[in-house]
Amino acid sequence: MAWTRDEMAARAAKELSDGFYVNLGIGIPTLVANYIPEGMHVTLHSENGMLGIGPFPYEGEEDPDLINAGKQTVTELPHSSYFDSAASFGMIRGGHINLAILGAMQVAENGDLANWMIPGKLVKGMGGAMDLVAGVQRVVVVMDHNSKAGDVKFLKACDLPLTGTHVVDLLITDIGVFDIDKKNGGVTLIEIAPGVTVDEIRERTEASFEVAPGLA
Amino acid sequence: MNKVFPDAASALDGLLFDGMTLMAGGFGLCGVPEHLIEALKASGTKDLTIISNNAGVDGDGLGVLLETRQIAKMVSSYVGENKLFEKQYLDGDLELEFNPQGTLAERIRAGGAGIPAFFTKTGVGTLVAEGKEIRDFDGEDYVMESWLRSDVSIVKAWKGDTEGNLIFRKTARNFNAPMATAGKVTVAEVEELVEPGSLNADEIHCAGIFVQRIIDGGSYRKVIEKRTTRPRS
Repeated sequence: MAWTRDEMAARAAKELSDGFYVNLGIGIPTLVANYIPEGMHVTLHSENGMLGIGPFPYEGEEDPDLINAGKQTVTELPHSSYFDSAASFGMIRGGHINLAILGAMQVAENGDLANWMIPGKLVKGMGGAMDLVAGVQRVVVVMDHNSKAGDVKFLKACDLPLTGTHVVDLLITDIGVFDIDKKNGGVTLIEIAPGVTVDEIRERTEASFEVAPGLA
Repeated sequence: MNKVFPDAASALDGLLFDGMTLMAGGFGLCGVPEHLIEALKASGTKDLTIISNNAGVDGDGLGVLLETRQIAKMVSSYVGENKLFEKQYLDGDLELEFNPQGTLAERIRAGGAGIPAFFTKTGVGTLVAEGKEIRDFDGEDYVMESWLRSDVSIVKAWKGDTEGNLIFRKTARNFNAPMATAGKVTVAEVEELVEPGSLNADEIHCAGIFVQRIIDGGSYRKVIEKRTTRPRS
């Protein structure tokens, strides 16, 4: 049985470590905040200029001057800080953010990522995605293994316009987890959702991958 | 020397011309210069190139300048919240240049700091790097990006003094601070305008040297784009 959105988020949360500064994308990645292990100190970065994102405010306490990168109202924490957009992306580009968890339309076996543009459809813009994948120390992608129409999303090469090349370190889908060696190439399937077989994953994947010992 | 103007219209008087390039601060609707945008609308200045992370929403932020068709080109990173924008763009009435958000912020910062170009890893191997110089530094490829400067930057701060020193509030700082540095002329609107000495000099985010004109914006609408709350348990 495939993993749920929450199970995928919980799996992504296992990539967190104490003391990490982390940027979470919109969608399933946002749910990762609910699975930070108790006692672990993780500081969430918002590219519009904040470290230490707190929970949503109580009704009536929303502050229009305090939003996350998804433009949702949030709150601050005792260790929060604010800065301007240039400084915020200096943190990203400068490699100071430990981990980014984001969604994708396509991932390739060499670590290429496409998540901002479908030719012929209206393009909303890349926002901070290109900066994040280029600058953050480790990039984890969380996405459905196939599109709703059944299209393959984990490919030999992306055919959509790229967000970054050789950037993805780990791919978590609803049926498996893949380690990607973005420098030297090579993909290893390291976890499988309960009840899913390697053969099924191969059928639903174009990228070539090894299977970690003990999984098959 | 007097930097203080009575209202937004007078603060923009003599600065506006058709075809000019403006920077407008804000992220989404957070920290947008509401009053200066309204005055820009009332001025009727057209064929504007506007450098702004977003394009507002229908009827708010820079969205009001789309209604009046005053914008010819946007330089932005994300414009997803605006149907009118979509229509004008698809009809070919509006030019659009997408920049990665960090590249946009750094181009603005570079403009204010007198740095005509810089190299960044962001966008290498993507559409963004097409036609731009790629150079190897320590074994990795970087793309050259150029500075951005404006004829006029319009920004919004929380507090300011009559010298133009500015303090921003929470995430409303965003693009306002770098844009203030990159305008030939920068016009700031603030929620509270005070006398010199009232602000703690150690806590000023943007030094008055970058601000040529300032107004007390009075009341603010501060529209929330996505109101998200949690239940009281």
